[in-house]
Amino acid sequence: MSTVVLLLITGLGLGALYFLVASGLSLIYGLMGVLNFAHGSFLTLAAFLGWETARALGADSWGALAAALLVGAAAGALVAAGTELLLIRRLYERHIEQVLVTVGLALASVALFDGIWGTDPQFIRGPAWLAETTEILGARIPNNRFLLIAIAILVLLLIVLFLRFTRYGLIIRAGVENRSMVTALGIDVRRAFTVVFAIGGAAAGIGGVLASHYFGYVSPQLGGSLLIFAFIVTVIGGLGSLPGAAVASVVVAVLQQFANFYLGGTGDLVVVLLLAVVLLVRPRGLFGRAA
Amino acid sequence: MSTPPVLAVERLSLQIGGARIIDDVTLSVPEGEILGVIGPNGAGKTTLFNLVSGVLRPTAGSIRLDGRDVTTATVDARARAGLGRSFQTSNLFLGLSVLENVRLAAQAALGGAVSPFRFPRPTDAATRLAEDRLDQVGLVAHRDTLAGGLSHGDKRKLEIAMLLAADPRVILLDEPMAGVGSGDVPGLTELIRRVHRETGRTVLMVEHHMEVVLGVVDRVAVMHHGRLLACDTPEIVMADPTVQSAYLGEAV
Repeated sequence: MSTVVLLLITGLGLGALYFLVASGLSLIYGLMGVLNFAHGSFLTLAAFLGWETARALGADSWGALAAALLVGAAAGALVAAGTELLLIRRLYERHIEQVLVTVGLALASVALFDGIWGTDPQFIRGPAWLAETTEILGARIPNNRFLLIAIAILVLLLIVLFLRFTRYGLIIRAGVENRSMVTALGIDVRRAFTVVFAIGGAAAGIGGVLASHYFGYVSPQLGGSLLIFAFIVTVIGGLGSLPGAAVASVVVAVLQQFANFYLGGTGDLVVVLLLAVVLLVRPRGLFGRAA
Repeated sequence: MSTPPVLAVERLSLQIGGARIIDDVTLSVPEGEILGVIGPNGAGKTTLFNLVSGVLRPTAGSIRLDGRDVTTATVDARARAGLGRSFQTSNLFLGLSVLENVRLAAQAALGGAVSPFRFPRPTDAATRLAEDRLDQVGLVAHRDTLAGGLSHGDKRKLEIAMLLAADPRVILLDEPMAGVGSGDVPGLTELIRRVHRETGRTVLMVEHHMEVVLGVVDRVAVMHHGRLLACDTPEIVMADPTVQSAYLGEAV
């Protein structure tokens, strides 16, 4: 029983990380049709800058963690918006070129991070409570899982509120459904593109800081490894669907944890099999809309 | 004509490869007129429509809206300049509520630089405008229904409400009767007439159903093989022998 609880809550924590990356991927794809392979770089950069911030403020305090999260979110948002304005915008509707640019950016940024911070993982510290465990039904759960889950839920709520109740939220929801109709109304959707990139980048940035606490280190590869699973989550949930990304994040991560434990470390394989099944049975993903 | 036309299409051509899809079309639409564009299938009606709304770029000629050259303007820039467009299939965001659909159009029409993160109050200008327009077409009771759940006739009413909220100088209607059951045609025709009467706006309408066009429009333009055969009142156009032969020659 305690193992099940541990796997479940750790899975939820990992799912929270996947969601923070996948939410942006899904919105960006949904609105613009852009597969953003540079999304992992936003996350890694935010994780490094967040760690530098925390270290400068004395890594063990809650204030330092809060500052790291804010810096991570801001860095993610700025770099993502910059990427959209400088690179993606020029390649509007040119999907192959977009993929080439974002893949190139991802490769180049990893090399850049290697150059600045070195290739070895940097082990990080945080408030002491995060490294401790709490006992639930006999399972000793690392506390950082709870922080991850709480913040991911908060981010989900904020994005939902934004989409539901703001002018841009309305434009984005309409644009995901049919971009050319939004344009025909006289709305310049390119501004919404930048906004969506910034939101996705902020979520990924928060994810980067939290991922460094989940894994205990920061490394130039951090974003790339999470990005793969975030893409799988996005496809399983249905490209463009935020609820889909949330549900699929949890399903994928929990399944991965259980398979790793009970099926001899086959978590990644099981996830890929799940992806294959979903693509065969429901190609649009769990929450994907019919075209 | 004393007042300058709201919409002026001059020597417009679209050539793709060796084919002239639109061939030297000149049309001018005065303020407040309803102009219908008819023609057999493949005559270039929808292409002309797409050139005017900005989806396609002409290879020659110009398009002026209110005297302003919009030949190279983007779709959204043209819409902001006053061209309101309705699509042939569906103009609606089926996953949004009825009110949200109209609000989107209202928000586009009201414009203004607003912070993306400002939460509009339920009483803001765009929402009030949207509610007024829903009232005008008789859909207020359905304001919170998803547009996808409306009946076909109500969907068309919602499209009209969106056009009214956007309040364009020129309303472009692309086959407004497409896919509408014959029972709904008279009601929709009446709605188009009413919108025109109440707003006094200029309407350019492409329609395959000739009876619908002839009953609503002030003038009718006949397209054939990418060229403009005739453009005049329905009586004169229908009496024109070239028009008759174009239609009879390809009649179903």
